[in-house]
Amino acid sequence: MRIIIQNGLNQPIYDQIRGQIKSLILKGELSEGEQLPSIRNLAKELQISVITTKRAYEELEREGFIETVAGKGSYVAAQDKELLREKKLQIIEERLQGAVIEGRQLGLTIDELYEILKILYGEVE
Amino acid sequence: MDHILELNNVSKKYKEFQLNNISFNLEKGYIMGLIGPNGAGKSTTIKLIMNLIKKDSGEIKIFGKDYKKDEIAVKERIGFVYDENYFYEDLNLLEMKNIIAPFYKNWDEEAFQKHIKVFNLPLKRKIKELSRGMKMKYSLALALSHKADLIIMDEPTSGLDPIIRNELLGILYDVIQDEEKGILFSTHNTTDLDKIADYITFINNGEMVFSESKDEIMNKYKIIKGGKEILTDDIRKSLIGIKEHNYGFEALTTNSVLLKREFKDEIIIENATLGDIMIYIVRGNK
Repeated sequence: MRIIIQNGLNQPIYDQIRGQIKSLILKGELSEGEQLPSIRNLAKELQISVITTKRAYEELEREGFIETVAGKGSYVAAQDKELLREKKLQIIEERLQGAVIEGRQLGLTIDELYEILKILYGEVE
Repeated sequence: MDHILELNNVSKKYKEFQLNNISFNLEKGYIMGLIGPNGAGKSTTIKLIMNLIKKDSGEIKIFGKDYKKDEIAVKERIGFVYDENYFYEDLNLLEMKNIIAPFYKNWDEEAFQKHIKVFNLPLKRKIKELSRGMKMKYSLALALSHKADLIIMDEPTSGLDPIIRNELLGILYDVIQDEEKGILFSTHNTTDLDKIADYITFINNGEMVFSESKDEIMNKYKIIKGGKEILTDDIRKSLIGIKEHNYGFEALTTNSVLLKREFKDEIIIENATLGDIMIYIVRGNK
């Protein structure tokens, strides 16, 4: 598990952790049922306050990415439909982004890209 | 909520200085930093908690108990690290420990030996021959060797180099791992707390400025920079500790979102450190 905190960003540290753990789960690098470090251990490792890691875990729990069992710890939650959808959406976005970057390098406009997308969309039943 | 330390409106009056209505709570499993400039009342607050001086009014509860009525039971469970030396200078570490240990019912010799080893302390050396960093670590080793649930430290990092200060922070993280202990830590060196503290209590001139979670404080207080032309009387009122120079101004504000909406690119909003927040608030609007 890799988490890198950047100081001096506008994005609060709890949100950086939340985002990175979420992305690890979506990418499948953290799998269902896997135990996460305790909030105190993560705080110690990252040298940040316990409140910050606690907040990150609370947000992840609210979003359904992790589950916390009192006295035991936090685990990656079973992924529900919405989560799967989000996961797939993220993959789609990443691939489209790649296409957009290549398109821009070629000087394509958004309309030209859209045309390509429309043709492709029509081809796939 | 499991408050291991609770202060309600604690006041103490001296001839030249008074501490007014200090109130804050510390939950177990967390670290609280007590900050303020020199002479703000940090040490007085800690001495009041330790019952080394008498309060004039207010209430202090430790582990939910009255700190005076149950003083002995309460103190068994407090590990105290003081900024000045209260040891016999001519004794060595082992001899001094042998004097202190019997005072505690729950003295844990194994824990003491472990800390001495981890902190790399020379047991046979006389206390007066220790460096400042070693003295602090010795003090901490004693504080952590009688199963204390509340660690109170008065300026433990003053006069220590950044390497030892960082080492201390690592030790404190270890202390809170089991979720049962809390730490109150006074310092005027706020960089020690930027990372580790969960809560910050800020005392200035005997008055409480705030006692809040550090993340909320960091979210609330921002530094604003811009040209002096925007400093109308109304704007000045929403700024703290304005510092004007020939080419513009800098200040602290709790209204960064509104100000950014109003002035957009005319101003810059930056994150503040605890040190910044302390400087601007102490400076105030003179």
